[in-house]
Amino acid sequence: MNRRKITVAVTGLNNLDSPGPGIPVIRGIRESSFFDARIIGLAYENLEPGIYMRDLVDKAYLVPYPSEGSDALLTRILEIHARESIDVIIPNFDAELTAFMKAEKTLLQNGVHTFLPTLGQFNERSKSNLPAFGKNYGINVPESIPVFSASEMEEAVKKLHFPVLVKGKYYEAYIANSIEQAQYYLFKISAKWGLPVVVQQFVEGTEVNVVALGDGNGITIGAVAMRKTYITDKGKAWGGITIDEPRLLDLTRTIISRTGWKGGMELEIIKNLNDEFFVIEINPRIPAWVYLAVGAGQNIPEALVKLALGIPVQPFEKYTIGKMFVRFSYDMIVDIKDFEKLNTRGEL
Amino acid sequence: MHMKLKKNIAISETGYIFNPSTGESFTLNQIGLEIINMAKENKSDDDIKKYLVQKYDTDETSLERYYLDFIEMLKQYQLLENGD
Repeated sequence: MNRRKITVAVTGLNNLDSPGPGIPVIRGIRESSFFDARIIGLAYENLEPGIYMRDLVDKAYLVPYPSEGSDALLTRILEIHARESIDVIIPNFDAELTAFMKAEKTLLQNGVHTFLPTLGQFNERSKSNLPAFGKNYGINVPESIPVFSASEMEEAVKKLHFPVLVKGKYYEAYIANSIEQAQYYLFKISAKWGLPVVVQQFVEGTEVNVVALGDGNGITIGAVAMRKTYITDKGKAWGGITIDEPRLLDLTRTIISRTGWKGGMELEIIKNLNDEFFVIEINPRIPAWVYLAVGAGQNIPEALVKLALGIPVQPFEKYTIGKMFVRFSYDMIVDIKDFEKLNTRGEL
Repeated sequence: MHMKLKKNIAISETGYIFNPSTGESFTLNQIGLEIINMAKENKSDDDIKKYLVQKYDTDETSLERYYLDFIEMLKQYQLLENGD
């Protein structure tokens, strides 16, 4: 079969100890038997490793942070589009998604397709809105309270019992066993990710995760469940294994069908000691471990690209149980000239 | 009485157990593997214990203690059907 030639732009090339999903997403697309993709990497920092992975990224461009204004980001992307004719763009950071959602129409008018949740869906599942989300959709979630100040933190921890989880708006979470620790994490996290910081009841149990893809009409196109087998000090999976837990997949389908979720999603779930599931977080994008799903038989990145282009996709019905991923770090040797080129011309 | 392993538990010939529901895996020693294989053949706890007392240098009281420990461990790791 002749593979369809397309150009896909991807962010999240930061394959660090807390990796972005860009490279695993690219690997999925590269392995597609349907697409022959040219990959454009979009990077915010000049040392995002994906920039230098020339076998995976055909061309890389530096782009301005969304915090510099979504107009600046959009202008830069349209400038890159004028040169590269981007068919699909896949943003992979929580913090940039709002900017891309707002730019969705303009991008499409210019021929750039996306497949993102709506702003309503994005906001509804945010950490600070999770309790309301659980109530609306009949999903077990731990009690969570958004906190904007030290005095609000005191009030919040009075309502919840220690230990509690103190979570950043987008990233980072720490367990606090005392008000002093909770206040420390409030300042530490808010300095990096802004306010509010979310205080969540700690649920004891085993963490399991699901990567899923919703078609925007309530259908779950793909869903793969995984248990982390090796966790870094940042709480990131450095190893994992696919598991057979039909209740998790039912829960995922319920969430996607009730919300009409569009796009990639990661559910972070705790199975407590009574064998009940609590959704502790819903990430509105594909997670960095998505390549495990590809390896287990569900090429979710490829399916997302198809959906973005309006190509019909049949839902995946199964995946291989007991597939593992083992992450590793790797030193690339990079010529200073490449680094210089990226820094002076904003592209490589 | 006989212990009933969960149907989806996979056990290899070398004694490697994989629980697909939790993703956990365990390694059995030779005697553990013998016990599990007999349980899979629906042998009762009494039959298994009788076999072990005959085959190995142990007495019934010691065996009973270790056997119960083993069953408890299987329960704790969620490898047995509920009720066993």
